[in-house]
Amino acid sequence: MRHTLVTLVEDKPGVLTRVAGLFRRRNFNIESLTVGHSETPEISRMTIVVNCDDAVLEQVIKQLYKLVNVTKITDVTDEQTVIRELALIKVQANASTRAEIIQFAEVFEAKIVDLTRESVTIEITGTEDKVDALCRLLRPFGIKEMVRTGRVAMLRGVSGNGAEKG
Amino acid sequence: MKLDGASIVWASLVKEGVTVTFGISGGKVIHLFHRLTEYPIHNVLTRHEQGAAHAADGYARATGKVGVCIATSGPGATNLVTGLATAYMDSSPVVAITGQVATPDIGRDSFQETDITGITLPITKHNYLVTDVRDLAEAIKEAFHIARTGRPGPVLIDIPADVQVAQTEYVYPEEVHFPGYRPTLRGHDRQVRMATQLIDQAERPILIAGHGVTIARGEAELMELAVKADIPVVTTLLGKSCFPEDHPLSLGMIGMHGQPYANQAVQDADLIVVIGMRFSDRDTGSISTFAPRAKVIHIDIDPAEIGKNVRVDVPVVGDARNVLETMVRLAQPTNHPEWLARIAHWRADAAGHDILSRESDALFPQYVVRAISEQTEGNALIVSDVGQNQMWEAQYYVHRRNNTLLTSGGLGTMGFALPAAMGAKIGRPDDPVWVIAGDGGIQMNIQELATITQEKLNIKIAILNNGYLGMVRQWQQFFFEGRYSGTPLSGPDFVKLAEAYGILGLRVTEKAEAAPAIRQALEHPGPALIDFRVVQEENVYPMVRPGDSISQMMRRPKPALQDGAPEEVQA
Repeated sequence: MRHTLVTLVEDKPGVLTRVAGLFRRRNFNIESLTVGHSETPEISRMTIVVNCDDAVLEQVIKQLYKLVNVTKITDVTDEQTVIRELALIKVQANASTRAEIIQFAEVFEAKIVDLTRESVTIEITGTEDKVDALCRLLRPFGIKEMVRTGRVAMLRGVSGNGAEKG
Repeated sequence: MKLDGASIVWASLVKEGVTVTFGISGGKVIHLFHRLTEYPIHNVLTRHEQGAAHAADGYARATGKVGVCIATSGPGATNLVTGLATAYMDSSPVVAITGQVATPDIGRDSFQETDITGITLPITKHNYLVTDVRDLAEAIKEAFHIARTGRPGPVLIDIPADVQVAQTEYVYPEEVHFPGYRPTLRGHDRQVRMATQLIDQAERPILIAGHGVTIARGEAELMELAVKADIPVVTTLLGKSCFPEDHPLSLGMIGMHGQPYANQAVQDADLIVVIGMRFSDRDTGSISTFAPRAKVIHIDIDPAEIGKNVRVDVPVVGDARNVLETMVRLAQPTNHPEWLARIAHWRADAAGHDILSRESDALFPQYVVRAISEQTEGNALIVSDVGQNQMWEAQYYVHRRNNTLLTSGGLGTMGFALPAAMGAKIGRPDDPVWVIAGDGGIQMNIQELATITQEKLNIKIAILNNGYLGMVRQWQQFFFEGRYSGTPLSGPDFVKLAEAYGILGLRVTEKAEAAPAIRQALEHPGPALIDFRVVQEENVYPMVRPGDSISQMMRRPKPALQDGAPEEVQA
């Protein structure tokens, strides 16, 4: 099963290596990892998606907590969350296909961020499923290039707290 | 006061109570060593950085204090790796200080440059690359704190040469501030109460004591609980000596080469109370068949150990001593006469399989270990190496005092014993210190004999010399058609070698010579080495095949002295 862990870490050199190395060393199956600034200076926020059963998940969380720079982990899998992924998709296009591609993008509330005679670049934000669905529609036109950010997640409502460390 | 980085290192070590370090100089620690003479710290110059890391580890295990090792950049630093991995696997508090090329040279493949923080990432509890002298004092303070608190472990600090020279105002921090590091010491009240209730209700309880009991100095509390609740105690390899092995409640070691009655007791128990151990495969055998009838109480300071390998009924996260203390207070005085009688019956049966119960003039390695045990009255601080010698030590040395066995349990590092014994002897100069090693392992760090002489360390070294990498040879005999590939080895003349290093060398080839030679070594005022030419193809019994249940042990065949096919015994 896929689990989403919101992980707060001290913004110290090497912290990403420590987290990534831990997953490799313990043979945990990491699906995606995004990292960026959080609301607190010197604290970065990682959204980690792991594919594992509950027993392994417990180990993932405990082993992550053993990293000195990890300050807090929240498993938001079963919580009310806003989950988003951003993707940029560059699709082959010509005069006969361009309109259809743009139409698909509009249905998905995606943006056209670049346009040439031979290509359309689309920016889409949404759940992974939504991004997957658009990809499926666009693939027959020929996807020249694509980048996906991986999942970011946030709890809905006022509170954003999960398990305290320790 | 303004100090340079090198001085800050030594001044901070002094603040941490360090009086001795183990290390080797080199191009990127010249400045560090230059400042050493201004501080009240003695550096033991080992002959190889691996020796320095093991010596720091041995010092740490023997004293409970942080052991410090020092190496230069590049090969000096990489030579520490095996020692750090050893300390990491066995939760030993070590701080390693390495020199690094100057910060402008990092990343340019400079001479003797290596990414030692990258290399040691998975084998240290934490590590630092200090690129600004203003961060140095704080990094050292944090490193010592992390190394010695919670579940101890090694921490490495990599200091570029220019940082050692750069000056800054020196203030050693009073406190550390970690938003993400707060070990739990005190067991949760409700969990401890639940655990104690299970102990009160159990009919066939067993205490399984691991290294955590020694690290937490919880030996007295373990004894109180065992006696008050009348529970037999088994230990892991690293748990050995946390409970006196001549005590009626002691069943010795469990696991692959454990005492058969200890394994049988665990397999038959209705409750196992597991303290400061991590369910290593060497202890549990096949995990699905381990202690099948037992409820499990697991006490450990590392929450990640709970549920890692074995399902647990009552987990207690906390310091072993703290939790045991509470359990002693809450537990009801009980007796388990039937249970103890059943175990006594198993124990009596095991005696018939014991090599020492046979009439023989041959010099069996087990006999040598037992002779050392008797001549030192079970009071010596033993540092064993890895392999057959380690298992015979574990089976035949009767440890009567706490924290008297240091050995590489987790990583199984051959070559550990000799350098670790140097650290142990320096940490506990009044203890008789014995190395028990094989002729293979001793040669892996034999160069440290020179350090022993230079430092005038009164260490006694027993080599169980059988001309093989014996444990692997045993596996080849049992599981690989008896094909001794890559295991026969010829050693040097160890007596002459000892003499070349200025160490008393003795050779024992006959059983009758063993005890007198051990006494001679003991009476000799300096270091001594005894080359015991033991029976070459002797095996460690009993043995659980890798992957088998610990109920199924291969036992020494009763009638024949030398090996026929081993007996299978089902507990």
